[in-house]
Amino acid sequence: MLTIQEYVKAESLEQAYELNQKKTNRIIGGMLWMKMSPLNIKTAIDLSGLGLDQIEETQEEFRIGCMVTLRQLETHPGLEAYTGGSMKESLRHIVGVQFRNLATVGGSIYGRFGFSDVLTEFMALGAEVELFHGGRMPLEEFAKLPYDKDILVGLILKKVPQNSVYLSMRNTRTDFPVLTCAVSRREGMTGAFIGARPGRAVAVYDRAGLLKSGITDAAAREFAAYAAEQTVTGSNKRAQAEYRTHLIRVLTRRACQQLGGETK
Amino acid sequence: MKVTVTVNGRKIQEEIECDLLLIDFLRSHGCMSVKRGCETSNCGLCTVMMDGRPVLSCSVLTARADGHTIETLEGLQEEAEEFGAFIADQGAEQCGFCNPGFMMNALALFRENPEPDVDEIKEYLAGNLCRCSGYEGQLRGILNFLEWKKEAKR
Repeated sequence: MLTIQEYVKAESLEQAYELNQKKTNRIIGGMLWMKMSPLNIKTAIDLSGLGLDQIEETQEEFRIGCMVTLRQLETHPGLEAYTGGSMKESLRHIVGVQFRNLATVGGSIYGRFGFSDVLTEFMALGAEVELFHGGRMPLEEFAKLPYDKDILVGLILKKVPQNSVYLSMRNTRTDFPVLTCAVSRREGMTGAFIGARPGRAVAVYDRAGLLKSGITDAAAREFAAYAAEQTVTGSNKRAQAEYRTHLIRVLTRRACQQLGGETK
Repeated sequence: MKVTVTVNGRKIQEEIECDLLLIDFLRSHGCMSVKRGCETSNCGLCTVMMDGRPVLSCSVLTARADGHTIETLEGLQEEAEEFGAFIADQGAEQCGFCNPGFMMNALALFRENPEPDVDEIKEYLAGNLCRCSGYEGQLRGILNFLEWKKEAKR
């Protein structure tokens, strides 16, 4: 059971960062996953008063505050248009609307959960994270780092011409995914992004140019086999590693075929 | 810590424990429609509106609700009554345990999208679990209610 002794609504990021350096203190996002842990928190640090719950869209980029909810992302017209629906597809299967009205993008990305749809999708879109202390870095790099006491302030999504398709497999609706798979093409490079392996999402790029001459059925199968070969999968109560590897082949092929080879 | 929460139009100021969940705060103020179900943020039984948006009260700290407006089924009796009659017509309330959360989320859906199609209804209500009905009666009730609303407008 989660217990909290003190609650501080941070008045600045500096204050939140200072408080967060203490081992027993925690930043709280949507708190949905944290609530399930038997944690004894000395001071809960709430960032909800810092105006970090906005999605700012400019000509060049989207700036997404860490307290933006998954539902805000799902229903944002600009993100819907830019991602061609892949953002919405990556989110709409997560539990229910009430859950997505609470869960924050900062909590999901900072957690780098091994079941995360959100991490897979943002990685496929080439997002960067902005850390209060560590500055900006590609999400792909951030996903490999161990947990520390920095604060994830937000995400930056550069508007480069891209195509992306998001697919996931669930044993039952609203459950954790058995596998997540996004395929994107940005700046001439196609990549498959595989999550819920179970493990943090990873990227497999088409460096061998298997899809260079266009996405034919044969090329899609070849790239999907390559992605499956390159990705380590594991077993848990939802699925065995072998099944997940099979799913990588199927979902990557389907995503490639949907991608169709055209950038917008 | 001291919080001020507006519950069904009534401003409540109270000293609370920092880890008090909103569901417990609301029930202690007589909102017994707010039910404790799975406690894993999955079943939708504890759904309330926070600033007009449906949320799971089992997963929100009361401290987070400080300065916000909360609505429970007790505060939406009139809005719920019309719709509830259509659910009852189908016998879809069955044991009744999931009903308050289901009603709250359905009302949120109608506010957000007054004329949803079947897929939109299923998707919006996916976070409300019911172990009795199989959802068919509820879906029929919703569709009949929407049809009735449409007729009433003409």
